[in-house]
Amino acid sequence: MSLGPEASITEETTPTADAAEVRSPGESAIAGRSLKQIAWRRLKKDKVAIGGACVVLFLILIAILAPVLTKLFGHPIDEWHPDQVDPTFATPVHPWGGITSDFIFGVEPTTGRDIFSRIVYGAQTSLTVAFLSAFLSTILGVLFGTAAGFLGGWVDSMISRVMDFLLAFPQLLFSIALVSVLPQEFLGLGSRWSRVSVLVLVIGFFGWPYIGRIVRGQTLSLREREFVEAARSLGARSPRILFRELLPNLAAPILVYTTLIIPTNILTEAALSFLGVGIPPPNPSWGGMLSDAVTFYSIDPMFMIIPGGMIFITVLAFNLFGDGLRDALDPKAR
Amino acid sequence: MLAYIIRRLINAVITLLVVTLVTFGIFFGVPKITGSDPALLYIGKTADAASIEGIRTKMGLADPILVQYGKFLKGLVVGRDYSSGPDVIHCPAPCLGYSFKTDRLVTPTLLADIPVTLSLAIGAAILWLIIGISAGVISALRRGTLIDRAVMTGALAGVSLPIYFTGLLASAIFIYWLEWLPQGQYVPFTENPGEWFVQMLLPWITLAFLFAATYARLTRANMLETLGEDYIRTARAKGLRERTVIGKHGLRSGLTPIVTVFGLDLGALLGGAVLTESVFNLRGLGYQALDAIRANDLPVILGVTLIAAFFIVFANLLVDLVYGVIDPRVRLS
Repeated sequence: MSLGPEASITEETTPTADAAEVRSPGESAIAGRSLKQIAWRRLKKDKVAIGGACVVLFLILIAILAPVLTKLFGHPIDEWHPDQVDPTFATPVHPWGGITSDFIFGVEPTTGRDIFSRIVYGAQTSLTVAFLSAFLSTILGVLFGTAAGFLGGWVDSMISRVMDFLLAFPQLLFSIALVSVLPQEFLGLGSRWSRVSVLVLVIGFFGWPYIGRIVRGQTLSLREREFVEAARSLGARSPRILFRELLPNLAAPILVYTTLIIPTNILTEAALSFLGVGIPPPNPSWGGMLSDAVTFYSIDPMFMIIPGGMIFITVLAFNLFGDGLRDALDPKAR
Repeated sequence: MLAYIIRRLINAVITLLVVTLVTFGIFFGVPKITGSDPALLYIGKTADAASIEGIRTKMGLADPILVQYGKFLKGLVVGRDYSSGPDVIHCPAPCLGYSFKTDRLVTPTLLADIPVTLSLAIGAAILWLIIGISAGVISALRRGTLIDRAVMTGALAGVSLPIYFTGLLASAIFIYWLEWLPQGQYVPFTENPGEWFVQMLLPWITLAFLFAATYARLTRANMLETLGEDYIRTARAKGLRERTVIGKHGLRSGLTPIVTVFGLDLGALLGGAVLTESVFNLRGLGYQALDAIRANDLPVILGVTLIAAFFIVFANLLVDLVYGVIDPRVRLS
């Protein structure tokens, strides 16, 4: 190994602690460690990243348990509670956005719907869209990125051209436009899940060049390394080199950039819902709630702060975890 | 150099052609596949068969898509006429089309929106460059200190805060709660510069905060990388003052990557800051695009997309040209 990455590892962790761990009682000699083990060790020490990961896990749990949580602590998402809102001003009767022991996050102005239930279901939508579209971007990005980097020639110049083109594109505008021409309901999925799939397709499609570019670059440099040459001289064919030699080495950057694209996707989904082309009402989404809050934020700021705060916490948690993961897997790239 | 510029210009034109073709395909092709009729979209569902047919011939919607696209391109270069029977609407070049929803030509409508978007983008850009770069440089020079950690925490929070939240939050705090800023609408600079400034202040600051966070992170990373280079050590070793080392040798190569990002960001913003304009009710290009999408006003959507793509492509070109000047390693050829 070269000296470069080694030097920056010791920068982050105190040398003494590291040395002590290397010669822990169980190990007699300096054991060779896989990248996975090294990264896990580094990640465990990064308290901020672990904190981010905990919040992410907590949010995923909330999204999965949404129906249960709503039953336990909330009210059905579409149940109106006119008694909770002031008939003349349409604002919640109780202070702080109508927070009471019964409505723990308060109620919506006008309708009096339970904000807690809508936040919990919004988490479900938001995370589903973010994860699935990140997954789609990754698959496309890895497919085209490795193809471009490995095959080279006209394939590379074609794919690179398309990636440059997509990156130099009014993306948000296009997403809005594309989402609005695609049908509201299809395949009998119902309005909520049809829109979720449309959002996944659109967000996932515009996201792949980011991963594709990185994968291409990495493949280009890996292709020239000695171990690939060695495999080839031993008679390995292209598919074997691609899957057994190159892809395992690409796993780290792919994992990092997939993690880092998730918060971006959450923001894009919320933005589209905020602009009224995302998840259609009355289905709950954080962006949609913020857009409803535009009319009320001057008199009922809690209605805006709760969904906005949720977006902030979620995105921040993913960013912290993603940054930590990147530092752990590749301390040089910073 | 001249050959390079010409080649890049040709490339830019090709990119714009592809963008319009794709946009055209989406708005005139997708409805065809999914079975909805663009003519119906124009005029609304209540119209009778005769007027739908009228729109169809007037707009040339009965033609194949490629023919329609050809007519659109021709209109861009030499202008075109829309006619069905007695009334003829002349659309002078560069003709982006005619909106039947609002009965207006697209080009003048969009030209009227550009000053708003321009005010927003330029003002915010000045702010975020100053704040973002200085925060990043200070953070890099004071690496590991309290200032560095504070700046980086703030920057991370900044990149995680969407403008549709911070914008509302800032309005709630500064306009309604503290009442430091007045409520109101956008006022053109030419009408009342003072009022223009006051009304744009909050959009500028909110938008700049978002970008400044990204730029601070980027600047810090670049500066740290540059300061670790051998030539910085050499500059120090030959006895240069620290200020010269940082200011002359460090900043120059530490900030070149920022130029690329800045060009692209500014280009993208000029094509319509959809979210910011929507939050602050600024009737610029982005707002117009959103309005058009909600009303299914296809010619306006097409026009905005083309203008937005034009700004992005133009910014790209400009960045590459500027790069040849500021980065001596890059030779344009």
